[in-house]
Amino acid sequence: MSKIISINGKSYTVDVQDDMPLLWAIRDIVGLTGTKFGCGVAQCGACSVLIDGVLTKSCSMPISYAIGKEIFTIEGSSKNLEFLREAWNDGNVPQCGYCQSGQLIAATALLDSLENPTDTDIDNAMSSNICRCGTYSRIRKAIHKAVAIKNNAI
Amino acid sequence: MSKIAPVNRRDFVKLFSLATGGILLGCNISTDKKEFVPTQNGNFTPNLFVEIKPDGNIIITASRSEMGQGIRTSLASAIADELEADWKFITVKQAEGDAKYGNQNTDGSRSVRTLLAPMRKMGATAKVMLIKAAAKKWNVSELDCIASNHYIINKKTNDTLFFGDLAVEASKIPLPSEDAIVLKKVEDFKFIGKKLKSVDLEKFTHGTATYGIDVRLPDMKFAAIARCPVTFGTVKSFDATNAQKTYGVNKVLVLDRLIPPTGKFFGALGGVAVIADSTWAAFQGKLNLDIDWDYGENSTFNSEEFKEKLSKRLLEKGKLVPGSKGDVDAAFKNSNKVVEATYHVPFLAHAPMEVPNATAWYQDDKIEVWAPVQDPQTAKAEIAHFFNMPIENITINVTFLGGGFGRKSKSDFVVEAVALSKKMQAPIQVVWSREDDVQHSFYHAASAQYLKASLDKKGNLTGWLQRVGFPSITSSFKPLSDYASGFELGMGFTNNPYQIKNFRLENIKAEANLRIGWLRSVVHIHSGFGNNSFVDELAFEAKKDPVQFHLDLIGKDIENQKNTKNSYNPKRMKDVLKNTAKNAAWGKQLPKNHGLGVAIHYSFYSYVATIVEVSVTNKKVKVENLWTTIDCGLSLNKDNIKNQLEGAAIFGMSLALYGKISTKEGAVEQHNFYDYQMTRMKDAPKIHIDILDKMHEPPTGVGEPGVPVIAPAICNAIFNATGKRVRSLPLIDEGLV
Repeated sequence: MSKIISINGKSYTVDVQDDMPLLWAIRDIVGLTGTKFGCGVAQCGACSVLIDGVLTKSCSMPISYAIGKEIFTIEGSSKNLEFLREAWNDGNVPQCGYCQSGQLIAATALLDSLENPTDTDIDNAMSSNICRCGTYSRIRKAIHKAVAIKNNAI
Repeated sequence: MSKIAPVNRRDFVKLFSLATGGILLGCNISTDKKEFVPTQNGNFTPNLFVEIKPDGNIIITASRSEMGQGIRTSLASAIADELEADWKFITVKQAEGDAKYGNQNTDGSRSVRTLLAPMRKMGATAKVMLIKAAAKKWNVSELDCIASNHYIINKKTNDTLFFGDLAVEASKIPLPSEDAIVLKKVEDFKFIGKKLKSVDLEKFTHGTATYGIDVRLPDMKFAAIARCPVTFGTVKSFDATNAQKTYGVNKVLVLDRLIPPTGKFFGALGGVAVIADSTWAAFQGKLNLDIDWDYGENSTFNSEEFKEKLSKRLLEKGKLVPGSKGDVDAAFKNSNKVVEATYHVPFLAHAPMEVPNATAWYQDDKIEVWAPVQDPQTAKAEIAHFFNMPIENITINVTFLGGGFGRKSKSDFVVEAVALSKKMQAPIQVVWSREDDVQHSFYHAASAQYLKASLDKKGNLTGWLQRVGFPSITSSFKPLSDYASGFELGMGFTNNPYQIKNFRLENIKAEANLRIGWLRSVVHIHSGFGNNSFVDELAFEAKKDPVQFHLDLIGKDIENQKNTKNSYNPKRMKDVLKNTAKNAAWGKQLPKNHGLGVAIHYSFYSYVATIVEVSVTNKKVKVENLWTTIDCGLSLNKDNIKNQLEGAAIFGMSLALYGKISTKEGAVEQHNFYDYQMTRMKDAPKIHIDILDKMHEPPTGVGEPGVPVIAPAICNAIFNATGKRVRSLPLIDEGLV
């Protein structure tokens, strides 16, 4: 059951069943471990990736869905992700750091779709990502900061 | 570190020769006295290391586990400050689990408390050696040389020498004597007490930090284990046919329960293990197992019945706890008013974002482990015990922890991985599913407490009776430990922050039918909830302002009190409360359906006061604002402390709003984040943290003290807004979320 998937612009041949969730193909077969397992049932967002730009919980999406599409993970780079990384650094956001891959991917999807999100936009967009350490107020601030960094850069 | 030989055997800090040149300093931290002490027999065992390399890089070994509390950064900043290092040259290396590092158990909010002084001394020692080396090179007096930002500067000539260029020369300098080491003044700190960012930010924002679950070894197999739904139940029989047929599954095998010897270790639950090519295949294979369990003696355990049972026991006198004083019966008899209330906290699970997992490789005469463990030395000792392996043949590599909160101080998941690797003769990574984690934790105990107090005509408290029961953590080590231990009652019950003349504490029986463990702030969750909820009720009955009532109960300053870290000081408690009240504008006019609630607590030697503002709309509670003030003595890294307290607020909210593990016929009823819910971004209030400036006091706990105040402050705010008193957590069960 060999298939080819594209992650961050690079092609990988994987030999797995069609129904293996994308998360496990990325982590255990391809070996990119930045995307995290948190719940396995699309409840916590630790496994967030973008598939053709659409925010997706990779733990609950079969790999077959991603074939022929472009998968973007925390190992990748995009303009908005880099603005967010800078803002995350600036706000010293992470504690244990484990959920932050998913948080950054979810925030990237938010900034890709909204130029200047409000607190409510942020709350709505980010509430499917759990941070057990509780860095929510820093994430909120950092997303605003990323927008400011972006606006300054233009 | 085995290749290093000590070159100089005196004093507490030691110098080692490095094959590559440069300085390597080691020092010994006594874990008992929590400061520099010489070893008795002259054998010097350093457990903290600072290495200065000829290229200027400084490598600091972190002996404690990083689980989000920022210890790697804190440790490094204290050394770098005294050393006058440039922060960009600092690298932190994670120590493996080894007795040479002293006590590595990362719990009890004590890493900075115990390690700050020796870290500073190490940095100062290295600085003196670099100065001596420079003075020698320039042939000038040491007094003419100062260290600044990774250079030694000749004050007279303004010549400079880079730390790296002095490293080899400095390593030949005899170790300076104790009295040559002068620590910096608080005013001169460059990193200590400032806002320093995590040394691991880059890794965290790029997904490159290696957590236990990210470890990958050649030919490694993944394992999932089906454990009996009832604690300590066993496998009667099983049919592995479908599991074996599952794509990617290699083998199905029985894992016997590993029963720990009385008094130590955690053992492992046992079950049926599925070994596979991927985590997913192992999970699928596990779902395809058909197991007939012998549920055992815990299969009659229903947590609701247990709650009722404890409530009944609260009606009878319990065991008198030492520390009780005065005569509460007389106080009640002579009082103007008597107030009673009963409070309940349910079982809780830690649910760190990274599930329990471990990777082990058992080879003939050695075992190597990679795991996210809070207590690597206990993991090592358990492995030595259960697999009869000499301790020196066991290596524990400590990875990043994706959260710990107490769960990862138990090494059951490590022992599982070793047992499976031994059977499979291959590297094995055991990964728990979230359901495994929620259903097989070492739970934070459920508690019940009855409080009764008397007020005189002026509304002053005259007597306080507290009867409390919860399954003891000790039960995880010694069966039939049905009463709380002294260390548990010492968490906010025997040492509440009030000055009460007539005080009686009783402990009722509470047997354990689940594995019980410590969870962030431990028993303080019970004492913080009971004490603060009840004080709020008393203030209402006394018709007094809750903040003022708290202040009155904290009482007068104790004159001439020696302000050491072990002596509770009422003034410091009052100061944090007053500061929080000021920040929250306590007493201000609130919008309709809003309420303010206050709670104070003293834990891990730190003083905390929190005020919460809630709004209640259509009977649903929203936490709008939360103000916390902490006095944690010297604040090593202010931004990290702030982050910890923000996190503690969210952690406390999760347990207040949603936290409940319940059992039916011995089995945990919750599964995953959909029925064991967490606070999410949309619930998160505006959080306002204030840290009192106490730079001349010893540092006290930070990671845990922010938790116990949150639930009672929220419940008190709900009362203020609605007149409804919540005495049993969580709020979701009261229909308030």
